[in-house]
Amino acid sequence: MLRYFLGRLLTFIPTFIGVTLISFAFIRVLPGDPIIVMAGERGLTEERYQELSRQFGFDQPILLQFWDYLTGVLQGDLGQSYVTKKPVFDEFFTLFPATLELSVCAIILAIALGLPAGVIAAVYRGKFFDRALMSTALVGYSMPIFWWALLLIIVFSGNLGWTPVSGRIDLLYYFDNTTGFMLIDSLLSGQSGAFTSAVRHLILPTIVLATIPLAVIARQTRSAMLEVLSEDYIRTARAKGLSPTRINGLHALRNAMIPVITVIGLSVGTLLAGAILTETIFSWPGIGKWMVDSIFRRDYPVVQGGLLMIALMVMIVNLTVDLLYSLINPKIRHR
Amino acid sequence: MSDPTPLLRIRNLSVDFTTSSGLFRAVDGIDLDVASGELLAIVGESGSGKSVSMLAVMGLLPWTAKITADEITFDGTDLRNLSGPARRRLIGRDMAMIFQEPMSSLNPCFTIGFQLKEALRQHLGLNARDRHARAIELLEMVGMPDPERRLKAFPFQLSGGMNQRVMIAMAIACRPRLLIADEPTTALDVTIQAQILDLLTGLQNDTGMTLILITHDMGVVAETAERVCVQYAGQKVEDQPVIDLFDHPYHPYTAALLAALPERATERRLPTIPGTVPGAFDRPTGCLFSPRCRFADDTCRGTQPPVQPPALGRARCHYPIGATTPQKVTQ
Ligand SMILES: Nc1ncnc2c1ncn2[C@@H]1O[C@H](COP(=O)(O)OP(=O)(O)OP(=O)(O)O)[C@@H](O)[C@H]1O
Ligand SMILES: [Mg+2]
Repeated sequence: MLRYFLGRLLTFIPTFIGVTLISFAFIRVLPGDPIIVMAGERGLTEERYQELSRQFGFDQPILLQFWDYLTGVLQGDLGQSYVTKKPVFDEFFTLFPATLELSVCAIILAIALGLPAGVIAAVYRGKFFDRALMSTALVGYSMPIFWWALLLIIVFSGNLGWTPVSGRIDLLYYFDNTTGFMLIDSLLSGQSGAFTSAVRHLILPTIVLATIPLAVIARQTRSAMLEVLSEDYIRTARAKGLSPTRINGLHALRNAMIPVITVIGLSVGTLLAGAILTETIFSWPGIGKWMVDSIFRRDYPVVQGGLLMIALMVMIVNLTVDLLYSLINPKIRHR
Repeated sequence: MSDPTPLLRIRNLSVDFTTSSGLFRAVDGIDLDVASGELLAIVGESGSGKSVSMLAVMGLLPWTAKITADEITFDGTDLRNLSGPARRRLIGRDMAMIFQEPMSSLNPCFTIGFQLKEALRQHLGLNARDRHARAIELLEMVGMPDPERRLKAFPFQLSGGMNQRVMIAMAIACRPRLLIADEPTTALDVTIQAQILDLLTGLQNDTGMTLILITHDMGVVAETAERVCVQYAGQKVEDQPVIDLFDHPYHPYTAALLAALPERATERRLPTIPGTVPGAFDRPTGCLFSPRCRFADDTCRGTQPPVQPPALGRARCHYPIGATTPQKVTQ
């Protein structure tokens, strides 16, 4: 078990180097020059351009630039943003809680609804609920996210006025960023109404971000349950006189969870990608929005550092899923 | 059959499966009485509806199965219209069943101990310590070495024979009055087969429970059972005490089964008889065995045979072998 874990950690090294290279190359492949972009419409003289070029190290050979970047990364230094002049690492951790808060809420919503929906659909296969649920899941899975988000905004923020359109909290509340998680900070602030405001801001982005994982989890749970329910050991469980709740919810679901866990892990990866779009639509001040803004500004350190950090998070999630997987599957645990 | 109040009484049991190509009749009008404490064997070729008929009694068929019967009573309880909770109080406690594939019949995600104790908690409401003690006692009863340690094992860590012992322990956990063993040894090695059969008959002797043993194996029938039912294409074609059946089969199918046993001992598998069991589309209008029967005539092919009296082995046949009625032998 421990050896398995260490083996998995070792595979991180080549992945990490690969991601570093790709994130470094990605932004440089895009047309556009950060110095020109920074100068804006005013433009700048040839001398000033050369000076800035030297300052950012663009006059060096590209391999040397990568080497500098890589050695920096290995020492925990992701460089500074060209625009804000702040360390990328610090900016990432200031903004990451907002993304994490949104992603965690979304994945919790997706699991909390998708898992039971999939189980019920499998138990009542072919019945009305099953058909309705599976068609809804198909729609949810194939719907363009920005369209879905706009639809929700029009209905719930526009027509009904129930939810705010953007941001994490109403401007009238102001308190310290203790944890970076708005739900927690608003409670800690003790200001009345702050927590409710934070929750109301979370609702729409969470629904939008959870839609695809929810559909994926519901479908995977259903198909895994259907497979498990036809197994011999389910017949044995019924022959013991166990209740349907216990048979479906314990004997069947426990086995069905093995493939479902894998899908949940993959969903978390795509969730971070989905967050970029969702955050942009809802002006959610997380790393998604930060990345998009930086790409437009050709802020090389932020884009390559941000990509690297996101990749690292996904790798950590995958490792956690692997561990969970071996925990719930005794066949792996007892190898 | 002599017992006036049998433990299990089945009248005209039929099971139809809804398949993509229409209804398929897997069990066709079976009557069966099983006396308390009896050891009954059900034999028949693959696909003759042995498992399906007993699964119907247990209420374990999938939803695609439609069960009809004039009567299914267990110890005076009508099983046909039993509510779910009422059935679950009976199943696993008074009636238990074990299956053909021990390796896949236990849940791979839970330990032997968990699955064994689950039955005890469900029906007997024992506390944790009593459950543990009883689980160990049960594993000892089924001849499991080192039961304390085995309780913590997962099914895939044990052999097929050991898993079948666990299944048996689970089935007898609540001291059932009826145990249905559906080909409990088919998936096991020959040496293990004998051990499991000895275990089952031994347990039946000790506890006085009723045992229905479904099998392919005429050798097993001869050695263990008291009475045999022969099934063919979903119908019961003969029903006799073992000794009488081996002595004088009345149905041509039974006779063919026995005749094809070389010395009745060396070849223990059911022998092959020319032709195949009728399927959904080639079901004869008359006797189902008529296409393969040496004695069949137009009556056999045209009309369904009656069930003969017990003296003629309850044979479902127009012309039971050796019957006093004028016997036609037409090749
Ligand atoms: N769930 C099902 N759906 C459709 N047909 C089924 C189903 N279960 C069984 N059958 C059919 O019912 C018939 C009887 O099957 P059954 O399992 O009772 O045979 P069996 O006598 O137990 O054979 P075996 O010796 O192979 O176990 C077979 O033709 C089988 O294909
Ligand atoms: Mg069978």
